[in-house]
Amino acid sequence: MGEGQFEVDDEVAKGLNDLDEQAEQALEAGDAERLGELLGRMGDAVRTNGIRLPDEDLSPSEAIVPPPDLSLEEARELFEGDGLVPDLPAA
Amino acid sequence: MAGLMSRASLVVKSKFSKLLDRAEDPGETLDYSYEKQLELLQNVKRGIADVVTAKKRLELQETQLQQSLVKLDAQAREALAAGREDLARQALERKSGLQQQLQSLDEQTKQLQQQQEKLIASEKTLSAKVEAFRSQKETIKAQYSAAEAQVRIGEAATGIGEQMADTGLAIQRAKDKTEQMQARASAIDELTTSGALEDFTSDQTELDRELGAIASKSQVDKELEQMKAELGSGEGKKELTQ
Repeated sequence: MGEGQFEVDDEVAKGLNDLDEQAEQALEAGDAERLGELLGRMGDAVRTNGIRLPDEDLSPSEAIVPPPDLSLEEARELFEGDGLVPDLPAA
Repeated sequence: MAGLMSRASLVVKSKFSKLLDRAEDPGETLDYSYEKQLELLQNVKRGIADVVTAKKRLELQETQLQQSLVKLDAQAREALAAGREDLARQALERKSGLQQQLQSLDEQTKQLQQQQEKLIASEKTLSAKVEAFRSQKETIKAQYSAAEAQVRIGEAATGIGEQMADTGLAIQRAKDKTEQMQARASAIDELTTSGALEDFTSDQTELDRELGAIASKSQVDKELEQMKAELGSGEGKKELTQ
């Protein structure tokens, strides 16, 4: 999150989904440490195995890996509504 | 329940798509979203500037806490010189507590510094994207049918929009964190200064007051000596009674 866009192959994407599932379980279990570790691994997987898209690339992302220091509370906010992401100013 | 990744993506996208619902004609959407992007980019720049300012203030607070450390150290020496080991011990205990707090603040400031660098990199990426969008939009207008243009614009704008929202979130988090740390630094500062200065209105312990008294007494003594030296005699003494 906030580090640019990466393209990953199917295998990496599958690995990410697995980690994502575990992260969700960690969130449900209220295990902040595990959640952080998993999010960190997800970020690493993308950075190490993905190809960084050029800044000029305008394609939308399929998924966004949350930052590794996401707190349990913030992660819950992510699910409960749109409280975590600040509103973009309206026209 | 969807995973964290898709949820994050969904939330971020929905923020931006709200903005694009306004214009109907593709040409209009293009110009509109470009304007919007410029505006959002300005917000991002301002947000980063805010974070930088807040971090500077935090560093200033840290410097003040460092000074408290030096002060406590001097107080401990003075207490010891006055034969009050108990007071010296207390000052050193306070110093060690403060050192620990400072260390943890310092670590967090370093993390914040990294976040700040990432934010600045994000801003550069965003600028590049907005610029790319600007040059593509005329091509899209000229080359594609209305329906196709609509799809392409939607995609490009979403691509930028999610990065905008993503960066917006990172800025928000960095701001929150800085504020929390500032509040903590202020609280520590208040604790140490109220403990180190003479304040008879507060509910300090007797030892705190004595420590303060010794510190100020030594201070007075020092000044006295200085003045004596300046005057070349001990006559200035009377004017300096507390």
